Amino acid sequence: MTIALLAELQAIPQGVDYVRILPELVLSLFGIVIMFLDPLLDEEKTQKTLGLVALFGTFSALAATWYMSLPENYGLAFSNNVRVDAFSVFFHFLVIAIAAIVILTSFEYMKVQRIRAGEYYALILFSVVGMGLMSSAVELVLIFISLEISSISTYILAGFRRQEASSSESSLKYFLLGSFATAFFLYGVALIFGATGSTNIDLISHALQARPVGLLVYVAVALMLVGLGFKVAAAPLHVWTPDVYEGAPAPVVGFMSTAPKAAAFAVLLRIVFAVNAPGRFWPIWVAAALSMTLGNIGALVQNNVKRLLAYSSIAHAGYLLVAFAMTTSDNSVAGISAAMFYTAAYAAMNVGAFAVVSHFASAGERYVTLEDYEGLGRSSPLLAATLTIFLLSLIGIPMTGGFFAKFYVFSAALKANLMWLTLIGLVNSAIGAYYYLRIIVVMYMREARKEVPVAPVPIGLGFALGLSVLATIYLGVLPNRVLQYAQHSAQALLPQAPPNPASAAQLNSPGVNAGR
Amino acid sequence: MNIDNLSPYILSLVTFVPLAGALLLVLLPRRDRDIRIFSLVVSLLTFVLSLHLPVHFRRGQPGFQFSIDHPWISSPNIHYHMAIDGISLWLVVLTTFLTPLCVLISWKSVHDRVKEFFILLLILETALIGVFTSLDLFLFYFFWEATLIPMALLIGVFGHDRKVYAAVKFFMYTMIASVFMLVAILWLYAHTGSFDFVYVRDHISSIPNFAAAAQWLFLGFFLAFAVKVPLFPFHTWLPDAHVEAPTAGSVLLAGVLLKMGTYGMLRFNLGLFPEQSRYNAPWVIVLALIGIIYGALVAMVQPNMKKLIAYSSVSHLGFVVLGIFSFTQLGLNGAMFVMLAHGVSTGALFMLAGVLHERRHTYEISEFGGLASTMPVYAASFLFIVLASVGLPLLNGFIGEFLVLSGAFQARAVYGILAATGVIWSAGYLLWMYQRVFFGKVTHPVNQSMADLFSVEKAAVWPCAVAALLMGVAPILWLGAIDPAVQAALAPFAQLAAKVVTQ
Repeated sequence: MTIALLAELQAIPQGVDYVRILPELVLSLFGIVIMFLDPLLDEEKTQKTLGLVALFGTFSALAATWYMSLPENYGLAFSNNVRVDAFSVFFHFLVIAIAAIVILTSFEYMKVQRIRAGEYYALILFSVVGMGLMSSAVELVLIFISLEISSISTYILAGFRRQEASSSESSLKYFLLGSFATAFFLYGVALIFGATGSTNIDLISHALQARPVGLLVYVAVALMLVGLGFKVAAAPLHVWTPDVYEGAPAPVVGFMSTAPKAAAFAVLLRIVFAVNAPGRFWPIWVAAALSMTLGNIGALVQNNVKRLLAYSSIAHAGYLLVAFAMTTSDNSVAGISAAMFYTAAYAAMNVGAFAVVSHFASAGERYVTLEDYEGLGRSSPLLAATLTIFLLSLIGIPMTGGFFAKFYVFSAALKANLMWLTLIGLVNSAIGAYYYLRIIVVMYMREARKEVPVAPVPIGLGFALGLSVLATIYLGVLPNRVLQYAQHSAQALLPQAPPNPASAAQLNSPGVNAGR
Repeated sequence: MNIDNLSPYILSLVTFVPLAGALLLVLLPRRDRDIRIFSLVVSLLTFVLSLHLPVHFRRGQPGFQFSIDHPWISSPNIHYHMAIDGISLWLVVLTTFLTPLCVLISWKSVHDRVKEFFILLLILETALIGVFTSLDLFLFYFFWEATLIPMALLIGVFGHDRKVYAAVKFFMYTMIASVFMLVAILWLYAHTGSFDFVYVRDHISSIPNFAAAAQWLFLGFFLAFAVKVPLFPFHTWLPDAHVEAPTAGSVLLAGVLLKMGTYGMLRFNLGLFPEQSRYNAPWVIVLALIGIIYGALVAMVQPNMKKLIAYSSVSHLGFVVLGIFSFTQLGLNGAMFVMLAHGVSTGALFMLAGVLHERRHTYEISEFGGLASTMPVYAASFLFIVLASVGLPLLNGFIGEFLVLSGAFQARAVYGILAATGVIWSAGYLLWMYQRVFFGKVTHPVNQSMADLFSVEKAAVWPCAVAALLMGVAPILWLGAIDPAVQAALAPFAQLAAKVVTQ
């Protein structure tokens, strides 16, 4: 508390305040440079150069995040608007890494689709600025602003295949529904301000603990959940997802199905756990069960791979939401860390899967149905094997990140005695195996019926795929470090009330109670 | 180098040598002959290494041996814990014994994507051995699931006409069922903080409200195993998978994969939940008896040779489940022995059926007839294996079934009587099939000019025949290691019985 008070006194931003938003500053700078260079550079070359500038920007931002993550730089900044802690550092790393991989994927895609647009890369960087701020903001108004920064960039990105009607449809749909959703969120913020007299998450948390909660707070929490539920594509607010994902450029889908979702989950984690939002249990329970079920059932009948992965992402949002249904503080740490691990694992496998899809789609995204994948195992075995790894991870087969992601979520749920939710989730993940398996079956067990040209994998995409595979397998074989970091951040996130000593000991050294 | 020093690492070696071989195969150029030879060498090497286990196994000791235990992941608390006892010992050796034979039987029959085929076969071997050697529940679950992918791919890529349907059905059935086992494992972990089988077993009864959950946990494990065995109502994936699978796939499917289920029941259902096992035994035994009789009757009317053998597996595995849930020393010993005998003889039957398929591309019994005159060596080998499978004394099938039936009689006479009919049925369908295929006149002219067994095929089938004979005349070689482990597995049941008596 003393730190918070001191920071309040120092209303004028200090040097360290800027360090605490350093990644955002770096990314904005590179974004502006790209916008500036775009008209100056030769049209043919622009693609590659601006892409490389953006890539370099993400690397610098990663370095900036590392510098920001030094212990002396932890803390509040800009009059308690921003907090740098392990939690926000985790999400900074995640969204910036996703952006880097998506940029690597985009080099080739933009060339093949003949989309000439330097601002594409700038928009990715700006949207990451928004996401980074979302994960570190502790002020609801700032959260709203950063949500808008990231959303508006992604609305435009979704419409980048200008010649295609479906892409414009995607962009417009995303924009209209997304604006509605953020309006809901804003309304919720307004109401909670009315109820507690503050928009600062810590102060709201204190206010809620101090007084009995009125109806206004429940309405406010519900409205905020609606807004964020839309962003993470949780049922029943998922209807936009398949259409938007189908029309948007494939690398952008890989981007917006992971990074904005991760950031939205970060905000959700803050609102659910740091605020300790009352009355959230049943809405989340129902949303989780519905998303898992509707997502998986919807995916069963899809023939377009992008739509299939769209439904799959709804289902995965459902699995993730299971981790939010924790109510007591020691369950919460397990839940938060499981959710964080899940976002990371999901990002690795889904970005990778979309990278393969976008490479394979070729000019005009012609080849995106299951029939087009027939015989891929024979014609390009390496690409098919890579996609298989991602799909196995999405199924949740051991030795892949997807397995431990589900594992942590469901063991946290079992620990919290959420027997039914766990059963629904596990049965769903078995059903889910079917449609991922369909892609594998089609690739390996059917002969190609028509000629589908597969271009050789360019070096940028090769890097992107290699990194995603590496991350997927790393999280599946040695999940320790990431999980421990997530647990560490989870404790930073929870309200200051000290957890009881027994559970704290258990969390610090999970091996202790094994009794060997 | 002192061979004894190998003991702590031997299980890891045996488990992962095939995987290492598979990884090397990835790098090897696509020269089919080299790939075949290399896979044969790797699988033989694994077999030789695995012989270290029975040679250095201290018989008469009930506990786990060759143990290796390292922390792997600290949260969750997962250990790389491997060890074997008399129960898993022979299942490991069975796996390593059958794999080189699978390589041999696939020598000529696999022409397309040879490299992928052998890579999958070796990965499958690692996963199968891992199932039997791991003592960490997590590790066990990992290997359990890991068997699915190579097996499904073997069926789906290298199988026959309806391969995709069979592969997906196989995958979905076992995947959905094993989810329930995962729930049970996670529950145990959430309440004991450990995945270690021995630790969980020793501390399971001290979990608060264990009594309320025990029945559900038992069912969670049991369902996963029952689908794999397969027990009566869950068996429908098996005939499809067998008929569509390539020969080597069928051999490992029937020879080893099904035993994962019965092994699981013996190790986990009996080991962790003795009380619930006893409580649930009546209906489990009824399902086993239905399996024995129904499997045999359905086998009898199959026009397709491979389907016939598949249904005979349902019947034989019914014996195993019956023996396990009779909770008698004889029954459990018998169940273990039937597992091994069935692995050897049914594996050989599938190889022999594959030999015909390769020559005629059909498994229809009516397509053959009078083969005894055109393929004498083949006919003689087939007869030997059929007799072993039927349960002729001095061959392996007899010992196991005899022990199971004795155990069943001890448990309740009516179980024994009903199960004993299964022996008669099996003589019926196998010998009738033999008669239709080999005796009489050659009805189809194509069959006149069929080649007899090639030398690779002889090399694949004859070791099974030798093993069948050896197991039939000297069962003590096997039972010597099995019996102490079985007694240890039964110890909680003796206590339970004593508790009932004193009350």
